[in-house]
Amino acid sequence: MMRKNLRLKVQILFTILTNGYAYGFLNGKIYQGTLKYACVPGLNCYSCPGAIGSCPIGALQAVLNQRNLQIPFGVLGFLFVFGSILGRFVCGWLCPFGLVQDVLHRIQLFRKRKRLPYHSVLKYGKYATLIFLVCIGSLFLFGGFAKVPAFCKYLCPSGTLFGALPLLSGNQLLRSQAGGLFFWKLGILLALLILSVKIYRPFCQYLCPLGAIYGWFNRFSLVRIHWEEERCISCHACEGACPVGLSLKEISRSPECIRCGRCVRACSVECLHFGNRKPVLEKEKK
Amino acid sequence: MGFLKICKQKAWLLGTALGIVFLGLGAAGGQLEIVWKKAVMICLECIGIG
Repeated sequence: MMRKNLRLKVQILFTILTNGYAYGFLNGKIYQGTLKYACVPGLNCYSCPGAIGSCPIGALQAVLNQRNLQIPFGVLGFLFVFGSILGRFVCGWLCPFGLVQDVLHRIQLFRKRKRLPYHSVLKYGKYATLIFLVCIGSLFLFGGFAKVPAFCKYLCPSGTLFGALPLLSGNQLLRSQAGGLFFWKLGILLALLILSVKIYRPFCQYLCPLGAIYGWFNRFSLVRIHWEEERCISCHACEGACPVGLSLKEISRSPECIRCGRCVRACSVECLHFGNRKPVLEKEKK
Repeated sequence: MGFLKICKQKAWLLGTALGIVFLGLGAAGGQLEIVWKKAVMICLECIGIG
Protein backbone atom coordinates (compact mmCIF):
# COMPACT_ATOMS: atom_id res chain seq x y z
CA MET A 1 0.00 0.00 0.00
CA MET A 2 1.34 3.41 -1.00
CA ARG A 3 2.09 5.65 1.94
CA LYS A 4 0.17 8.90 2.36
CA ASN A 5 2.16 12.00 1.38
CA LEU A 6 4.91 9.89 -0.23
CA ARG A 7 4.34 11.70 -3.53
CA LEU A 8 4.52 15.13 -1.90
CA LYS A 9 7.82 14.19 -0.24
CA VAL A 10 9.26 12.96 -3.55
CA GLN A 11 8.08 16.11 -5.33
CA ILE A 12 9.69 18.39 -2.73
CA LEU A 13 12.91 16.36 -2.66
CA PHE A 14 13.24 16.34 -6.46
CA THR A 15 12.49 20.07 -6.71
CA ILE A 16 15.24 20.79 -4.16
CA LEU A 17 17.60 18.37 -5.90
CA THR A 18 17.17 19.93 -9.36
CA ASN A 19 17.21 23.48 -8.00
CA GLY A 20 19.92 23.02 -5.43
CA TYR A 21 22.33 25.78 -6.50
CA ALA A 22 21.78 27.94 -3.42
CA TYR A 23 24.56 30.39 -4.37
CA GLY A 24 22.46 31.47 -7.36
CA PHE A 25 19.51 32.47 -5.18
CA LEU A 26 21.77 34.47 -2.88
CA ASN A 27 23.49 36.39 -5.68
CA GLY A 28 20.87 36.61 -8.43
CA LYS A 29 23.04 34.54 -10.82
CA ILE A 30 22.55 31.17 -12.50
CA TYR A 31 24.55 27.92 -12.43
CA GLN A 32 26.95 27.61 -15.37
CA GLY A 33 28.41 24.15 -14.83
CA THR A 34 28.55 21.07 -17.03
CA LEU A 35 25.37 19.52 -15.56
CA LYS A 36 23.41 21.86 -17.83
CA TYR A 37 24.40 19.74 -20.81
CA ALA A 38 21.64 17.40 -19.58
CA CYS A 39 17.91 17.99 -19.38
CA VAL A 40 15.89 17.41 -16.24
CA PRO A 41 12.65 15.45 -16.75
CA GLY A 42 10.17 18.13 -15.64
CA LEU A 43 9.34 21.70 -16.68
CA ASN A 44 12.12 23.44 -14.77
CA CYS A 45 13.34 26.78 -16.18
CA TYR A 46 17.10 26.84 -16.73
CA SER A 47 17.08 30.50 -15.80
CA CYS A 48 16.00 29.63 -12.27
CA PRO A 49 18.98 30.70 -10.11
CA GLY A 50 19.00 27.27 -8.47
CA ALA A 51 18.57 25.12 -11.60
CA ILE A 52 21.37 22.63 -12.15
CA GLY A 53 19.97 21.11 -15.36
CA SER A 54 18.27 22.27 -18.55
CA CYS A 55 14.55 22.47 -19.21
CA PRO A 56 13.63 19.99 -21.98
CA ILE A 57 11.17 22.39 -23.65
CA GLY A 58 13.63 25.29 -23.47
CA ALA A 59 16.34 23.02 -24.85
CA LEU A 60 14.08 21.84 -27.68
CA GLN A 61 13.41 25.45 -28.67
CA ALA A 62 17.11 26.38 -28.40
CA VAL A 63 17.94 23.77 -31.05
CA LEU A 64 14.95 24.75 -33.25
CA ASN A 65 16.04 28.39 -32.98
CA GLN A 66 19.32 27.64 -34.78
CA ARG A 67 19.73 29.16 -38.24
CA ASN A 68 20.36 25.83 -39.93
CA LEU A 69 17.29 23.64 -39.60
CA GLN A 70 18.09 20.43 -37.71
CA ILE A 71 16.16 17.62 -36.10
CA PRO A 72 16.68 18.08 -32.33
CA PHE A 73 17.97 14.54 -31.74
CA GLY A 74 19.75 15.37 -28.48
CA VAL A 75 16.64 16.69 -26.73
CA LEU A 76 14.42 14.02 -28.30
CA GLY A 77 16.84 11.51 -26.80
CA PHE A 78 16.21 12.81 -23.28
CA LEU A 79 12.45 12.91 -23.92
CA PHE A 80 12.40 9.34 -25.26
CA VAL A 81 14.40 7.99 -22.31
CA PHE A 82 12.33 9.80 -19.64
CA GLY A 83 9.06 9.14 -21.49
CA SER A 84 9.66 5.45 -22.21
CA ILE A 85 10.63 4.71 -18.61
CA LEU A 86 8.39 7.08 -16.68
CA GLY A 87 5.63 8.43 -18.97
CA ARG A 88 3.60 11.11 -17.19
CA PHE A 89 4.90 9.85 -13.85
CA VAL A 90 7.27 12.80 -14.43
CA CYS A 91 4.29 15.18 -14.25
CA GLY A 92 2.84 13.61 -11.14
CA TRP A 93 6.01 13.09 -9.15
CA LEU A 94 8.96 15.06 -10.53
CA CYS A 95 7.76 18.37 -11.97
CA PRO A 96 8.36 21.49 -9.81
CA PHE A 97 5.51 23.45 -11.40
CA GLY A 98 3.21 20.48 -10.83
CA LEU A 99 4.19 20.58 -7.15
CA VAL A 100 3.23 24.28 -6.93
CA GLN A 101 -0.19 23.57 -8.45
CA ASP A 102 -0.71 20.56 -6.16
CA VAL A 103 0.06 22.62 -3.06
CA LEU A 104 -2.28 25.42 -4.16
CA HIS A 105 -5.07 22.93 -4.81
CA ARG A 106 -4.89 21.90 -1.15
CA ILE A 107 -6.03 25.36 -0.05
CA GLN A 108 -9.62 25.04 1.12
CA LEU A 109 -10.90 28.20 -0.52
CA PHE A 110 -13.23 27.37 -3.39
CA ARG A 111 -15.44 24.39 -4.15
CA LYS A 112 -13.06 22.06 -5.96
CA ARG A 113 -13.52 20.94 -9.56
CA LYS A 114 -11.52 18.32 -11.39
CA ARG A 115 -11.92 19.84 -14.83
CA LEU A 116 -12.85 23.02 -16.62
CA PRO A 117 -16.10 23.19 -18.62
CA TYR A 118 -15.51 22.05 -22.22
CA HIS A 119 -12.70 19.81 -20.98
CA SER A 120 -13.05 17.46 -23.95
CA VAL A 121 -12.04 20.31 -26.26
CA LEU A 122 -9.73 22.27 -23.97
CA LYS A 123 -7.54 19.23 -23.21
CA TYR A 124 -6.17 19.54 -26.75
CA GLY A 125 -4.76 22.93 -25.82
CA LYS A 126 -1.50 21.32 -24.74
CA TYR A 127 -1.05 19.77 -28.20
CA ALA A 128 -1.78 23.16 -29.79
CA THR A 129 0.85 24.73 -27.50
CA LEU A 130 3.37 22.07 -28.50
CA ILE A 131 2.73 22.41 -32.23
CA PHE A 132 2.15 26.15 -32.61
CA LEU A 133 4.31 27.70 -29.89
CA VAL A 134 7.12 25.19 -29.26
CA CYS A 135 7.64 23.87 -32.80
CA ILE A 136 6.25 26.26 -35.42
CA GLY A 137 6.79 29.35 -33.25
CA SER A 138 10.43 28.48 -32.59
CA LEU A 139 11.07 27.83 -36.27
CA PHE A 140 9.35 30.81 -37.83
CA LEU A 141 8.88 33.55 -35.22
CA PHE A 142 11.59 36.19 -35.36
CA GLY A 143 12.50 38.93 -32.90
CA GLY A 144 14.76 41.17 -34.97
CA PHE A 145 17.07 38.83 -36.86
CA ALA A 146 17.02 35.98 -34.37
CA LYS A 147 14.38 33.32 -33.89
CA VAL A 148 12.64 33.38 -30.52
CA PRO A 149 11.63 30.56 -28.16
CA ALA A 150 7.94 31.41 -28.46
CA PHE A 151 6.66 29.20 -25.62
CA CYS A 152 9.23 30.54 -23.13
CA LYS A 153 8.68 34.10 -24.25
CA TYR A 154 4.91 34.32 -24.33
CA LEU A 155 3.49 31.59 -22.11
CA CYS A 156 5.74 29.58 -19.79
CA PRO A 157 4.58 30.25 -16.21
CA SER A 158 7.41 28.11 -14.82
CA GLY A 159 9.94 30.56 -16.26
CA THR A 160 8.16 33.47 -14.60
CA LEU A 161 7.85 31.76 -11.24
CA PHE A 162 11.21 30.00 -10.96
CA GLY A 163 13.29 32.22 -13.27
CA ALA A 164 11.96 35.77 -13.47
CA LEU A 165 10.76 36.39 -9.92
CA PRO A 166 13.92 35.20 -8.08
CA LEU A 167 16.26 36.84 -10.61
CA LEU A 168 14.43 40.15 -10.73
CA SER A 169 14.14 40.30 -6.96
CA GLY A 170 17.91 39.88 -6.60
CA ASN A 171 19.14 41.85 -9.62
CA GLN A 172 18.49 45.60 -9.87
CA LEU A 173 19.65 45.81 -13.53
CA LEU A 174 17.19 43.15 -14.69
CA ARG A 175 14.40 44.68 -12.61
CA SER A 176 14.83 48.01 -14.35
CA GLN A 177 14.29 46.33 -17.75
CA ALA A 178 10.99 44.63 -16.89
CA GLY A 179 8.22 45.90 -19.16
CA GLY A 180 4.98 44.88 -20.82
CA LEU A 181 6.10 41.36 -21.70
CA PHE A 182 7.05 40.61 -18.11
CA PHE A 183 3.67 41.80 -16.84
CA TRP A 184 1.88 39.74 -19.54
CA LYS A 185 3.70 36.64 -18.31
CA LEU A 186 3.10 37.58 -14.68
CA GLY A 187 -0.62 37.86 -15.47
CA ILE A 188 -0.63 34.38 -17.00
CA LEU A 189 1.18 32.99 -13.97
CA LEU A 190 -1.20 34.62 -11.49
CA ALA A 191 -4.26 33.47 -13.46
CA LEU A 192 -2.97 29.87 -13.49
CA LEU A 193 -2.04 29.94 -9.80
CA ILE A 194 -5.47 31.24 -8.78
CA LEU A 195 -7.17 28.73 -11.08
CA SER A 196 -5.08 25.96 -9.48
CA VAL A 197 -6.83 26.54 -6.16
CA LYS A 198 -10.15 25.54 -7.76
CA ILE A 199 -9.22 23.26 -10.68
CA TYR A 200 -6.72 20.42 -10.37
CA ARG A 201 -3.52 21.35 -12.27
CA PRO A 202 -5.01 23.56 -15.01
CA PHE A 203 -1.63 24.15 -16.67
CA CYS A 204 -0.81 20.41 -16.84
CA GLN A 205 -4.28 19.48 -18.11
CA TYR A 206 -4.68 22.19 -20.74
CA LEU A 207 -1.42 23.92 -21.68
CA CYS A 208 1.76 22.01 -20.86
CA PRO A 209 3.64 20.89 -24.01
CA LEU A 210 5.81 18.55 -21.94
CA GLY A 211 2.67 16.80 -20.67
CA ALA A 212 1.55 16.44 -24.29
CA ILE A 213 4.83 14.70 -25.14
CA TYR A 214 4.96 12.42 -22.10
CA GLY A 215 1.25 11.62 -22.53
CA TRP A 216 2.09 9.88 -25.80
CA PHE A 217 4.45 7.55 -23.91
CA ASN A 218 1.82 6.69 -21.29
CA ARG A 219 0.45 3.70 -23.21
CA PHE A 220 3.73 1.77 -23.09
CA SER A 221 6.01 3.31 -20.46
CA LEU A 222 7.68 1.05 -17.89
CA VAL A 223 6.19 2.82 -14.88
CA ARG A 224 2.45 2.41 -15.16
CA ILE A 225 -0.57 1.48 -13.13
CA HIS A 226 -1.86 -2.03 -13.72
CA TRP A 227 -5.47 -3.03 -13.34
CA GLU A 228 -6.36 -6.63 -12.54
CA GLU A 229 -9.86 -6.95 -13.85
CA GLU A 230 -10.52 -10.31 -12.17
CA ARG A 231 -10.00 -8.82 -8.71
CA CYS A 232 -12.01 -5.67 -9.34
CA ILE A 233 -15.32 -5.37 -7.48
CA SER A 234 -16.44 -2.33 -9.57
CA CYS A 235 -16.82 -0.06 -6.55
CA HIS A 236 -15.52 2.88 -8.65
CA ALA A 237 -13.59 4.28 -5.66
CA CYS A 238 -10.62 4.79 -7.99
CA GLU A 239 -12.68 6.95 -10.34
CA GLY A 240 -13.82 9.08 -7.43
CA ALA A 241 -10.25 9.47 -6.23
CA CYS A 242 -8.73 10.29 -9.65
CA PRO A 243 -7.92 14.02 -9.58
CA VAL A 244 -8.32 14.39 -13.35
CA GLY A 245 -11.59 12.47 -13.50
CA LEU A 246 -10.53 9.41 -15.51
CA SER A 247 -12.68 6.30 -15.77
CA LEU A 248 -11.32 2.93 -14.62
CA LYS A 249 -10.46 1.79 -18.14
CA GLU A 250 -8.68 5.07 -18.91
CA ILE A 251 -6.50 4.98 -15.78
CA SER A 252 -2.84 4.56 -16.72
CA ARG A 253 -3.41 4.21 -20.49
CA SER A 254 -4.87 7.69 -20.97
CA PRO A 255 -2.46 10.52 -21.91
CA GLU A 256 -4.15 12.49 -19.13
CA CYS A 257 -3.07 10.09 -16.33
CA ILE A 258 -0.20 11.62 -14.35
CA ARG A 259 0.44 8.43 -12.32
CA CYS A 260 -0.29 10.23 -9.06
CA GLY A 261 -1.33 6.92 -7.51
CA ARG A 262 -4.49 8.17 -5.77
CA CYS A 263 -6.46 5.40 -7.47
CA VAL A 264 -3.97 2.84 -6.09
CA ARG A 265 -4.50 4.17 -2.57
CA ALA A 266 -8.27 4.28 -2.98
CA CYS A 267 -8.58 0.66 -4.15
CA SER A 268 -9.67 -1.50 -1.22
CA VAL A 269 -9.03 -4.82 -2.99
CA GLU A 270 -5.64 -3.81 -4.40
CA CYS A 271 -6.54 -4.52 -7.99
CA LEU A 272 -4.69 -1.37 -9.05
CA HIS A 273 -0.95 -1.20 -8.48
CA PHE A 274 2.30 0.18 -9.83
CA GLY A 275 4.49 -2.34 -11.64
CA ASN A 276 3.86 -5.79 -13.05
CA ARG A 277 3.95 -7.93 -9.95
CA LYS A 278 0.69 -8.78 -8.25
CA PRO A 279 0.78 -7.58 -4.62
CA VAL A 280 -0.02 -10.19 -2.00
CA LEU A 281 -3.38 -9.51 -0.38
CA GLU A 282 -3.85 -9.75 3.40
CA LYS A 283 -6.31 -12.64 3.07
CA GLU A 284 -3.92 -14.43 0.68
CA LYS A 285 -1.14 -14.12 3.30
CA LYS A 286 -3.34 -15.94 5.84
CA MET B 1 1.68 -15.09 -24.20
CA GLY B 2 1.23 -13.68 -27.68
CA PHE B 3 4.06 -12.07 -29.60
CA LEU B 4 2.16 -8.79 -29.88
CA LYS B 5 1.56 -8.68 -26.13
CA ILE B 6 5.27 -9.22 -25.44
CA CYS B 7 6.16 -6.46 -27.94
CA LYS B 8 3.73 -4.12 -26.23
CA GLN B 9 5.12 -4.94 -22.79
CA LYS B 10 8.69 -4.35 -23.92
CA ALA B 11 8.00 -1.26 -26.06
CA TRP B 12 9.48 0.91 -23.32
CA LEU B 13 12.81 -0.86 -23.87
CA LEU B 14 12.73 -0.01 -27.57
CA GLY B 15 11.81 3.60 -26.74
CA THR B 16 14.68 3.86 -24.24
CA ALA B 17 17.15 2.36 -26.72
CA LEU B 18 15.93 4.77 -29.40
CA GLY B 19 16.35 7.62 -26.92
CA ILE B 20 19.95 6.61 -26.23
CA VAL B 21 20.66 6.46 -29.98
CA PHE B 22 19.08 9.91 -30.43
CA LEU B 23 21.17 11.23 -27.54
CA GLY B 24 24.31 9.91 -29.22
CA LEU B 25 23.32 11.49 -32.54
CA GLY B 26 22.54 14.79 -30.85
CA ALA B 27 25.81 14.79 -28.92
CA ALA B 28 27.76 13.97 -32.09
CA GLY B 29 26.00 16.82 -33.93
CA GLY B 30 26.91 19.33 -31.20
CA GLN B 31 23.33 19.83 -30.05
CA LEU B 32 24.11 19.36 -26.36
CA GLU B 33 26.63 22.18 -26.72
CA ILE B 34 23.84 24.40 -28.12
CA VAL B 35 21.62 23.50 -25.16
CA TRP B 36 24.41 24.19 -22.67
CA LYS B 37 25.24 27.57 -24.22
CA LYS B 38 21.58 28.60 -23.98
CA ALA B 39 21.18 27.27 -20.44
CA VAL B 40 24.20 28.96 -18.86
CA MET B 41 23.15 32.46 -19.98
CA ILE B 42 20.15 34.15 -18.36
CA CYS B 43 17.33 33.53 -20.84
CA LEU B 44 15.78 36.98 -21.25
CA GLU B 45 12.73 35.55 -23.05
CA CYS B 46 12.09 33.12 -20.19
CA ILE B 47 12.07 35.90 -17.60
CA GLY B 48 9.94 38.17 -19.76
CA ILE B 49 12.36 40.96 -20.68
CA GLY B 50 13.76 39.65 -23.96
